Amino acid sequence: MTVSTSTPTRASRAPAAGGRARALSEVPLPPPAWSRVTRKVFGHRGLAIGLVCVGLAVLIALFAPLLAPHDPYFQDISNRMVPPVWHDKGSWEHVLGTDKLGRDYLSRLIYGTRISLVIGLVAALISGVIGTTLGVLAGYFGGRVDAFISYIITTRLAMPVVLVALALASLTGGSLTTVIVLLGLLLWDRFAVVSRSVTQQLRDAEYVYAARTLGCSLPYILLREVLPNIAGALIVVITLEMAHAILLEATLSFLGMGVQPPLPSWGLMVAEGKAYMFFQPWVIAIPGVALFVLVLAINLLGDGLRDLNAPGGRN
Amino acid sequence: MNALSSPGALADQAGAPTGTETDGDIDTMPALELCALSKRYTLGGGLFKRGRALQAVSEVSLAIPRGQVMGLVGESGCGKSTLAKMLLGLVTPSAGEVRVDGRPLGDAGQKALARHIQPIFQDPYSSLNPRKRVAAIVELPLRVHGIGTPRERARRVAETLDLVGLPQRAATQFPGQLSGGQRQRVAIARALIMRPDIVICDEPTSALDVSVQAQILNLLLDLKQEFGLTYLFISHDLAVVEHLVDRVAVMYLGRIVEEGSREQIFAAPRHPYTQALLASALTPEPGLGVPDIGLGDVMPDPSNPPSGCAFHPRCPKAQARCRETRPALMAETTGVSRAACHFASA
Repeated sequence: MTVSTSTPTRASRAPAAGGRARALSEVPLPPPAWSRVTRKVFGHRGLAIGLVCVGLAVLIALFAPLLAPHDPYFQDISNRMVPPVWHDKGSWEHVLGTDKLGRDYLSRLIYGTRISLVIGLVAALISGVIGTTLGVLAGYFGGRVDAFISYIITTRLAMPVVLVALALASLTGGSLTTVIVLLGLLLWDRFAVVSRSVTQQLRDAEYVYAARTLGCSLPYILLREVLPNIAGALIVVITLEMAHAILLEATLSFLGMGVQPPLPSWGLMVAEGKAYMFFQPWVIAIPGVALFVLVLAINLLGDGLRDLNAPGGRN
Repeated sequence: MNALSSPGALADQAGAPTGTETDGDIDTMPALELCALSKRYTLGGGLFKRGRALQAVSEVSLAIPRGQVMGLVGESGCGKSTLAKMLLGLVTPSAGEVRVDGRPLGDAGQKALARHIQPIFQDPYSSLNPRKRVAAIVELPLRVHGIGTPRERARRVAETLDLVGLPQRAATQFPGQLSGGQRQRVAIARALIMRPDIVICDEPTSALDVSVQAQILNLLLDLKQEFGLTYLFISHDLAVVEHLVDRVAVMYLGRIVEEGSREQIFAAPRHPYTQALLASALTPEPGLGVPDIGLGDVMPDPSNPPSGCAFHPRCPKAQARCRETRPALMAETTGVSRAACHFASA
């Protein structure tokens, strides 16, 4: 693609500037490491799409106050259920129309990106810390520790996440923090399973033996010798669990046990619009599509990272 | 820094003598002594059921004189690597003890052990952390033991890389950018930067190309000369062993069956297993094919070893006596080689 040629890299800077045309016709130099990475990333279509979409979502979330045309909480009762701009009755004043309280739908969608991303990131991080700790300990020690932690993992896998999250959210009362903590405490199973099996393979690596022989402390071995070598696998799980958490938040909010109004969560927007879905279908279609695109993009990103990380992808 | 200059000192032991012993003392005292070292594993045990016992190493006693190379040979699964792991403190012995310079290492702690005994592992592709640069890998022993300032450590790393024949630019590279032989040199540098007395080489060349093997072996010999190192050299490659060692110990099913000087073992092996091992060595001569040593290819199950002499089911000389009593590891009349066979003197 054009990326590698437009940016001056170390290899193309080395020959004299005038020799550029000639250098292109001759046998190409082996590309330097960075452009190899960019080529790999953009050569993988799914990864490229995922990366662009997720990057866009992050930018939108960061600059929401600058991008949103209206205050997402401002109610204009005289302008309720204005259709989007492509509709006959739509106007550029409200590009995606307004909801039942006359709030600008585009602004709410933009601010909703923040909620989805924060929930996805923080819940994935909390569950990542819990799951990786358990998994690495189980994989490294084996034996009784492994049996015990495997039992915990199995117990967790036996619980239906949505049901448990619903029950707990209804006990504590839904809020953004509750949802994040709940999902963080529930979604660690895949981290534990993956890090356990990868650590099992590393436990008998000779560099771990070498560190043990030297008398390195256990935290040093786990954090500096083992963890960097399982990070690739964990990054993939993080993306998958982010998507999972975002969907679950939408589910909980849709059922009224998640983020509470008037926060502009996408799941909540679908829930609030469901009474109008037959005559104003865009009310639920717009946040639904946003949710779909974000989750798909994160999954594509994760799949792509997994492909890059596969044997032969590194070293 | 003190610990570096006096390799004989066990850091954690009160009143331990420092490296001021007389020459006569050092000559008589083996650098490394294994006293009836045993390891028993439990197999297949669950939370609620008892497993079977597996005797990986049984009552191994060996003494390696200072500055010498002891070769340890035997087929796969005979307990060589378990023995090495016990010496390195990776596996706790079930019985017996390891002595360095005549002092037991039992409760000296892993760090004290690490200052005396360092490993060189078999596979240089697995013995270096792929996410660390060579300089960090080689520096790690000094850092863990809190030796020197960062600048001193960097200087020692540079010296040691030089010592093992690596270019200085290797320091900033990752193991993935080095060849197998270079990686093994990094592993040797890591083992030697602490100036240990004893190096356990667990098949250090078996993962390398034949052309590189000789370079690494010669490097090991040179370093031995330079630093007066003592090696325990574990291998199943008899040609390598013959090239390198002073003494040989032959292991079978967790026991030493014969031990003696290189000349004795290679010229006049006394134990039938040693004889078979030597007969099985491949020669470079074409057309001879793989030698048939008449042992069959089945190694007995270590969790259910044969009665009496463990070798009797495969032994060409076996008689009724071999099934009943286990022969002791006995010295011959000259007293320099030991063999565990009822018919060793015959």
